[in-house]
Amino acid sequence: MRAALFVTCVNDALYPRTGIAVVRLLERLGVDVDFPAAQSCCGQPQYNTGYRYETEPLLRRTARAFDGYPYVVTPSGSCAAMIREHYPRIGRKAAEEGRGGELAAAAASLAPRVYELTEFLVDVLGVTDVGAYFPHTVTYHPSCHGLRALGLGDRPRRLLAAVKGLDLVELPGAEECCGFGGTFAVKNLDVSTAMGADKIAAAAGTGARVLCGADNSCLAHLDGLLRRADSPMRTLHLAEILAATEEEPLP
Amino acid sequence: MTGTHLGMPAFPAVAPAFPAAAREAVRDEVLRANLRHATHTIRDKRRRAVAELADWDRLRAAGKAVKDHTLRHLDRYLLQLDAAVTAAGGTVHWAADADEANRIVTDLVRATGEREVVKVKSMATQEIGLNEALEEAGIAAYETDLAELIVQLGHDRPSHILVPAIHRNRAEIRDIFRAEMGGWGRPAPEPLGDDPRELAEAARLHLREKFLRAKVAVSGANFMVAETGTMVVFESEGNGRMCLTLPETLISVVGIEKVVPTFRDLEIFLQTLPRSSTAERMNPYTTMWTGTTDGDGPSAFHLVLLDNGRTDTLADPTGRQALRCIRCSACLNVCPVYERAGGHAYGSVYPGPIGAILSPQLRGTGSAIDASLPYASTLCGACYEVCPVAIDIPEVLVHLRERVAQGGPVTRGGVRVTLRPADGRTAERAAMRAARLLLDRPGALRAAERLLARARRLAPRTLPGAGRGWTDSRELPTVAAESFRDWWARERSDPR
Repeated sequence: MRAALFVTCVNDALYPRTGIAVVRLLERLGVDVDFPAAQSCCGQPQYNTGYRYETEPLLRRTARAFDGYPYVVTPSGSCAAMIREHYPRIGRKAAEEGRGGELAAAAASLAPRVYELTEFLVDVLGVTDVGAYFPHTVTYHPSCHGLRALGLGDRPRRLLAAVKGLDLVELPGAEECCGFGGTFAVKNLDVSTAMGADKIAAAAGTGARVLCGADNSCLAHLDGLLRRADSPMRTLHLAEILAATEEEPLP
Repeated sequence: MTGTHLGMPAFPAVAPAFPAAAREAVRDEVLRANLRHATHTIRDKRRRAVAELADWDRLRAAGKAVKDHTLRHLDRYLLQLDAAVTAAGGTVHWAADADEANRIVTDLVRATGEREVVKVKSMATQEIGLNEALEEAGIAAYETDLAELIVQLGHDRPSHILVPAIHRNRAEIRDIFRAEMGGWGRPAPEPLGDDPRELAEAARLHLREKFLRAKVAVSGANFMVAETGTMVVFESEGNGRMCLTLPETLISVVGIEKVVPTFRDLEIFLQTLPRSSTAERMNPYTTMWTGTTDGDGPSAFHLVLLDNGRTDTLADPTGRQALRCIRCSACLNVCPVYERAGGHAYGSVYPGPIGAILSPQLRGTGSAIDASLPYASTLCGACYEVCPVAIDIPEVLVHLRERVAQGGPVTRGGVRVTLRPADGRTAERAAMRAARLLLDRPGALRAAERLLARARRLAPRTLPGAGRGWTDSRELPTVAAESFRDWWARERSDPR
């Protein structure tokens, strides 16, 4: 099976180890992974801040970069939701504004082929036990776009529960937003920080040493708060846990 | 009348932008604790009440469909309503804006010769600042809903649609009653504890005097039925029933979007509204009246239909869904931003997620607060998930952010105009454009990533400009020594 990795701009520059983990994990499961170099950012920061016109070239680029791939896999619920939920809207608005159907067609072609990592694993590959080994206590924060926009449900937790050695503890108030929210994190610093502080307090209360998530942008916010507080807890993307094995533990 | 200030202080004309207003609230530990306790309690109860209904999703879809249909044919249904109310003995008045509505109500009260009115909790009359307008005309307006009474006695502002005094705890309420009730009428009994039953009894005794004396009542309505001209008020305390039945004259100020076509449509909302708002299967009092009836209830009934920006909102294909709102406030109770910022930070009688999409549409995006409200959300989607009429609040928020950041077409006062981008966004716009130009050129992006990686040891602890919003409370992510793209090129692009 052939799949293209949409690594996302945040992972490309700041969390390449998450992208590498996805490659190792998928290859271990027999997927032929490709990384189309023409990809960059899905445009979510621009779109969610109100700059729809600035988003359009990125929609066009993303659609072109993944043209022809039957599966496009991304380790970000938020970026997957951007393509699946908002790209068609951007296309429709462009058409309504009399600028033709090109963006709508590009969106319609790409959106159904995009899978968030856990969807691809559980729904397409049909696996929950990916043969991973991670002997630590972990709690999981389901980021909002994965939880509510994509409806990932218990897929991430089922994958984690099947990891050998891993002790999964429930995060109280898991469905509550961590306070990242893209540019919200800087525009509404105080509320964002208060939300994040409550989230890391809830995580610390579980006794877990690892706060796992499936969106590194949310984790960057939580990790930044944890490190500012000198907390021993670390954040980790789900893909990195799933990529770890007894033979090749997490670096 | 005494010199006591009777009006509820209106929201300041120049409210600070949301982030600044929220900063105060976030630092207020008592407020944070009050809000957290209250919102989580209602949130959990709502979840249980909704889970009882197997057909909730269908009720939600039906509520949305009825509202959408009505809004699409609003002109027809309003005329039908006007005819039905008139035929039943009521008088219908049309008010284009707040000033006109206030003038109509003031004149109607004056015509009765009365100097005081009792009020049923109403968002529409708060929206137009009716209490202040009446006060200017020398007419005292007494709020009779318990929480509204607390807010009014405390010279405070409501901070929640359904529970306006949510920001107050019992001890604060007792102190307000003891200090203020005597200046308005029957004083609070002494001694007064902070037991809810004792507080409710104090309010009951204080209000009873007003109910029995009042000749004029002012209300809103949750629904208006076009085919019959019936008005519907949902409430919990019985104060509404007193106001709607005892006085001689009843004046109801209702937003034009509150109309539904048929009596049968209420079937949906009788199920969804109580469960969404108070987490009850059924609210304790539902009062319905159709015009006037000889010897039963008020002998004069006036309906003031309020536009005040609603027709303009209706003109916007994305934004108009906000008019489906039935004011249940479920979105406030699940909103993590509302929970931390409190209702006052929204600078409007409509706080929370629904306020963040209603206020900038009803009032326009011209002020600092209205331009900042669409950004007062992480777009987490919890509001959309609970909304009983399926308003996609995140979609409208992003749509309104566009209006602020990019400008674009909008209808104001019935006239289609093209807005320019809001002031003070030059730097943000430039940054968004620069980022897009870079992201649209993978070669340049790769060079920039390498530059960043090389300079990563120089990473400052604090960033300048807008970036300070990150580093004020958080550490920066560590830039990787090698980007993913470079790793891939090194590892995988070479022929294997």
